[in-house]
Amino acid sequence: MSDVAIRVDGLGKRFSINSRQESYQTLRDTLANAALAPFRAVKSLATNNDDGPADHEDIWALRDVSFEVKTGEVVGLIGRNGAGKSTLLKILARVTEPTEGSAEIVGKIGSLLEVGVGFHLELSGRENIFLNGAILGMKRADIKRRFDDIVSFAEIEKFIDTPVKHYSSGMYLRLAFAVAAHLEPEILLVDEVLAVGDAAFQKKCIGKMEEVAGEGRTVLFVSHNMAAVQSLCTRGIFLHNGSISTDSTAAAAISAYLRMLEQSVSQDLLHRTERRGKGDIRLAKLEISTGATDRSQTLATGRPAVFVFHLTNMRPRTSCIFTIYDDFGQPLATFNSAVRGPEDAPDPALETALACYVDELPLVPGRYRLNVAISSDNELQDHIEGAAFFEVEQGALRGRAVIKGKGYGRVCLQHHWKLPV
Amino acid sequence: MARPTSTALKGNRDATQIVFIKPSKGWVSLDLKTLWEYRELLYFLTWRDIKVRYKQTFLGAAWAILQPVVSMLIFSIFFGRLVKVPSDGLPYPLFCFAALVPWTFFANGLNQSSNSLISSANLLKKVYFPRLAIPLATVLAGVVDFILAFIVLLVMIVFYGVRPTINIVWTPLLLLLALVTSLGVGLWLSALNVKYRDVRYIVPFLIQIWLFSTPVAYPSSLLSEPWRTVYGLNPMVGVVEGFRWALLGANTAPGLMVLASAAAALIILITGALYFRYMERTFADVV
Repeated sequence: MSDVAIRVDGLGKRFSINSRQESYQTLRDTLANAALAPFRAVKSLATNNDDGPADHEDIWALRDVSFEVKTGEVVGLIGRNGAGKSTLLKILARVTEPTEGSAEIVGKIGSLLEVGVGFHLELSGRENIFLNGAILGMKRADIKRRFDDIVSFAEIEKFIDTPVKHYSSGMYLRLAFAVAAHLEPEILLVDEVLAVGDAAFQKKCIGKMEEVAGEGRTVLFVSHNMAAVQSLCTRGIFLHNGSISTDSTAAAAISAYLRMLEQSVSQDLLHRTERRGKGDIRLAKLEISTGATDRSQTLATGRPAVFVFHLTNMRPRTSCIFTIYDDFGQPLATFNSAVRGPEDAPDPALETALACYVDELPLVPGRYRLNVAISSDNELQDHIEGAAFFEVEQGALRGRAVIKGKGYGRVCLQHHWKLPV
Repeated sequence: MARPTSTALKGNRDATQIVFIKPSKGWVSLDLKTLWEYRELLYFLTWRDIKVRYKQTFLGAAWAILQPVVSMLIFSIFFGRLVKVPSDGLPYPLFCFAALVPWTFFANGLNQSSNSLISSANLLKKVYFPRLAIPLATVLAGVVDFILAFIVLLVMIVFYGVRPTINIVWTPLLLLLALVTSLGVGLWLSALNVKYRDVRYIVPFLIQIWLFSTPVAYPSSLLSEPWRTVYGLNPMVGVVEGFRWALLGANTAPGLMVLASAAAALIILITGALYFRYMERTFADVV
């Protein structure tokens, strides 16, 4: 038997931008267009000019992607949002069709693009296990056989006959993941489902994934969590702008990805093309410094930090949300200007900028990056991943030295001890 | 390159399943085989629809009965009493209720299946399965409502002292005809609805027009023969007149008319299923 589990050959997927933003049309417009078409044709003949560029433009979300995965390999797919990871997974899961190319999958596929698909709030936990299991492709007999395992994995024995609308969000996610975790496919396609639930549950999920990987099953795993990719995957594929940029070991793919993120930082923010949002307001410049007195660029643990976001223009009710990530892509903290605190104040000197002040930076020495989102009136205007990188040097938090130690967390908290004499 | 492996593996296909993924072009087969493989999912989706319907609605089962009963009362007052529409010699309430029971099944199935893909958008975007299962499950779930209303119809038949004939055995086939029609139109509309979101505004209007072009409130015996058969091209004409004939012994043996209805219903179903399959490839991207 051939040991190739997945073979992808020149796969490509095209979206038209038109159909991306407003995916559906109305029959009314289509009929009206059809009725007016002859008039337009006559008009363009008469004026003898083209109507300029076509009113929709095509984007290749995925282009010319080829690779093979051997049975038993655990492959991490990494890349930015919009790099094509999820599109690739969706094609392999047969949710959407490719525009060109082909793929061949040998073995029983289980795809987990989201946990809890098809869950119905009115139905009980028991009913949802059967429904969701069937949706994920399990046979009724299999679900019955594994029912007790699923319930105990989810830790919801007492509530199994309660409608899931009465579940806490944690219970809901545990149940959803439990069903998925008991699929027994030969090939598993997973999309970022581990990023749910509390830490203990995440650990359990990762454990389950390790178990699956250890059983010699083939796994294709999309994640933004570099730590998870590093520890789970034997191989990494880094997708960039819809094609494979690096296909190597997990470590090599991760470092290629991080290098790309850093390189794009050197670009002028306005020249960055990989951004989402409406675009009426855009992030033009991002300044990170230690504050007004000494405008040092180098941040240090326990020292002040100021993040200044310069926008192209300003509108009322514009807010800025940014998140600090560690170098493994783990989010550490989010800041949101729309949520007001008593110390927030207007500053006439800012004009089209927003500034965020952190009095004592509670991050251990290391490298961090920022994702920034700008919105106005609850509408996303701009979103840039990896808008900036910054380095934190060794320092002290209220006089207590903070030492970097691998695996002991990235955040430090102000604290004190009481000790015996 | 891919060929040798796959043919080599075809030998033990029972053990290993191979999936080929490539862009599909033009019209595609209905692929009823895959639908059959997913029959358990179809069962669960139907079961979910039934469960949810009877759990959520305050009135529960009463709703399934109330809907045709209220229509019957209104029709009996306005058409039966005031306008004095002929009713083939049958008591008017019974005459129109025997038509309203399959009609309600048809109209609800049509209405719900045409919205079924939109309301299952998340499912379409995240999991693979034959998409035909969604509208099919919706229409099938309506059978429970039908059975409840049908029991009321049987009670009314006894109440009015009508003796059913042996023709009652045709009822399941007539129900099937209503189901085929409902599903056929539902497939057309659900697939259109994904692409053109204003289709849902057309559906209630379509149902209303269809109701009045179907002999629910009046008998088709108002027409004479060649025209009655032509009238049967509206599949619901065959269903409604068939119900009256099978259950109430109306002297309107539908014959040719039902054949015309069955042919029309099959054409709607097959073209609907083909169009649905043609559009299916874009559902996940558009919905």
